[in-house]
Amino acid sequence: MALLQISEPGLSPAPHQHKLAVGIDLGTTNSLVATVRSGMSTVLHDEHGHALLPSVVRYLQDAVIVGHEAQAAQSLDPVNTIVSVKRFMGRALHDITDRAHIPYHFVENDSSQGILEIKTRAGLKSPVEISAEILKTLKARAEKALGGELTGAVITVPAYFDDAQRQATKDAARLAGLHVLRLLNEPTAAAVAYGLDNAAEGVYVIYDLGGGTFDISILRLSKGVFEVLATNGDSALGGDDFDHRIFCWVLDQVRSKTKDFKPLSEEDTRLLLTKARQAKEWLTDNHEANIVCKLSNGALVDETLSVAQFVALTEHLVIKTLSPTRKAMRDAGLSIDEIKGVVLVGGATRMPHIRHAVQAFFEQEPLTNLDPDKVVALGAAIQANVLAGNRSGDELLLLDITPLSLGLETMGGLVEKVIPRNSTLPIARAQDFTTYKDGQTAMAIHVVQGERELVSDCRSLARFELRGIPPMAAGAARIRVTFQVDADGLLSVSAREQTNSVEANITVKPSYGLNEDQITSMLKDSFGAAESDKAARMLREAVVDAQRLIEAIQAALAEDGDTLLSADERQQIQTHIDALLALCQGTDSHAVKQASDALNHATEDFAAKRMDASVQKALAGKNLDSLEL
Amino acid sequence: MQNYFALFQLPQQFELDMAVLDAQYRKLQAEVHPDKFVNASPAERMQSMQMATLVNEAYQVLKQPTSRARYLLQLQGIATDEENNTAMPGDFLMAQMEWREAMDDARFGKDIPALDALLKEMRTQAKALQQQVANEIVAAPTQAALTVRKLRFIDKVSEDVNQLIAQLED
Repeated sequence: MALLQISEPGLSPAPHQHKLAVGIDLGTTNSLVATVRSGMSTVLHDEHGHALLPSVVRYLQDAVIVGHEAQAAQSLDPVNTIVSVKRFMGRALHDITDRAHIPYHFVENDSSQGILEIKTRAGLKSPVEISAEILKTLKARAEKALGGELTGAVITVPAYFDDAQRQATKDAARLAGLHVLRLLNEPTAAAVAYGLDNAAEGVYVIYDLGGGTFDISILRLSKGVFEVLATNGDSALGGDDFDHRIFCWVLDQVRSKTKDFKPLSEEDTRLLLTKARQAKEWLTDNHEANIVCKLSNGALVDETLSVAQFVALTEHLVIKTLSPTRKAMRDAGLSIDEIKGVVLVGGATRMPHIRHAVQAFFEQEPLTNLDPDKVVALGAAIQANVLAGNRSGDELLLLDITPLSLGLETMGGLVEKVIPRNSTLPIARAQDFTTYKDGQTAMAIHVVQGERELVSDCRSLARFELRGIPPMAAGAARIRVTFQVDADGLLSVSAREQTNSVEANITVKPSYGLNEDQITSMLKDSFGAAESDKAARMLREAVVDAQRLIEAIQAALAEDGDTLLSADERQQIQTHIDALLALCQGTDSHAVKQASDALNHATEDFAAKRMDASVQKALAGKNLDSLEL
Repeated sequence: MQNYFALFQLPQQFELDMAVLDAQYRKLQAEVHPDKFVNASPAERMQSMQMATLVNEAYQVLKQPTSRARYLLQLQGIATDEENNTAMPGDFLMAQMEWREAMDDARFGKDIPALDALLKEMRTQAKALQQQVANEIVAAPTQAALTVRKLRFIDKVSEDVNQLIAQLED
């Protein structure tokens, strides 16, 4: 284990040292990692010069292969080679509607409320674990390229990802050993890259059609502030669906020409899907594509697909993107002529008929001057650089929103909306509920996400019980449930009986996510076999966290300690710091965690005073400006 | 409880310069947003989330005319009581019924232009009521409560029309 450097109190090591932070686009088809070097956001390449890492993970008996090599093996070993795992994040088995055409052995994990797993030769793998392999590969690539350990990462998610999908992404990052600075919505990331590159001002639309997800976001760009006005989309619509239409067409052709056509083997399914994807890409620049291959039963496939046929086959998918687009425009209260520009993001937007449809809808030519495959990672890297503290005094501010309404189940299976979609984050809302029976002492609360009126049409996020309500007449109790959505778009819920102040503070974990124990056990598994290794890793993590905390508090003390604290108050905080520093030299990770909590607790008043001072400072600055005018 | 007008250093009145409100909002978020506290202690991150949440809430309340009027009355101790008090003067009730009928007709006829026209009508109605409420808040706050209830009703019709248009467009 490397020795940790812990500086004397008040003497942070090299405070202006450049922190290594990256932006990661964890895509359905391809993933990328980017960073800001010498003020420029750049995508990092692997040793073969590839920027894109195919999001493909192949499990061997004792090894995991990620990327091009795995992709090359997908037709040979389809069952153990997982592609487009992003489609399964935060999903249960019954959510996957096109299972018949996916060559994996899905298993429902009954220990965690229907979360799906995939049976591979290396054992059962959850989508979170599979995604973590992709993230680990990108982390290794970045650390090699940058020559050091990463401080943190911004990871992008589709704007239309729900809470379960976001939580799963964060879990995957944790499993990969990444410190997540922020989950950032992909279209917002694209807007950052585009907006800063072009010094854009005004209202822009980001049309983002990826491998498996579609997002539309409308943003107002003004002096470094990126304000998302509305977002909409479809988290199960992407380039993969276009491949699939070609696949089905080829299958129909072959079927009609072959007597006694037998169902495809897993290898043949994967082979034809690959051929379908290649045909789609070929049709971007050519009039027709030949699809030629030999199936395992000896049957020869030889079909020609014209652009016109392809357009006809997939027209309904293109139209499917326009409905969310219209809704987002309506939510933003904007008309077409108020849109300054439309930015295309995602490899699937290379298809000419997508471009034509977008152009016809917005009555202007879409902007494509940034590589649609890279723009999301480039934007995420810019945000990571700012969040890591490398660009202080920066004007960049991202004001993102909730893509879906959050609500509670009420009588009759109806949804009571608490936070409407398109609310700026962070946001909290309280809602009062009452009992419906005399003497009722418990209440079940069911949190759902979605726009529909019936609970059964929305996604269930969590169920919990509020116990200890004092017995009262029906309708007399007042239970206040507070929803808080943080800047990552993740939800926590607390409930309180108003007359009795019974509080049940519950962090809502999505119904389909992993629980804390599962994460911990996966983390432990990844640490290695020996007990001593696990203990050492736990201690190391606790000390790194403690060090991060001490650094943060010392920075705050250096800034405001003299003006906001009495000598006595300052000494109290210092005593806690000293105690924690002493424990960091020891071997008790539990004691380090406890002392960290105590130190954090001891600074709560100081934190509140600093926040008040920040508010004053924000508007005092305005008065100075107006004096100068 | 923080006064939202004071938070943005704005005069406590119905008429607001929206450009100033927007500018103050951005300045505040630029200082308190959780993105500015990623490397701070958990205590400071919690403060940041709470303050950024408050700033967002205050901005929403002051930005929308109906909620701004409601909030001004609330500061004067006058509840608008929109959930329970649905009593309306006869002429407003008649107008309500006509709007609802126009909506139903458009639903059956799948007539989106008619719905757009209805939205425009709601905007005109809302503007007139907003001018009225601006005066009432100063001169006759108890009457303003009724006007806020009317505005709330207009907002609800607009929301429903928007939702119906979205349904018809699908």
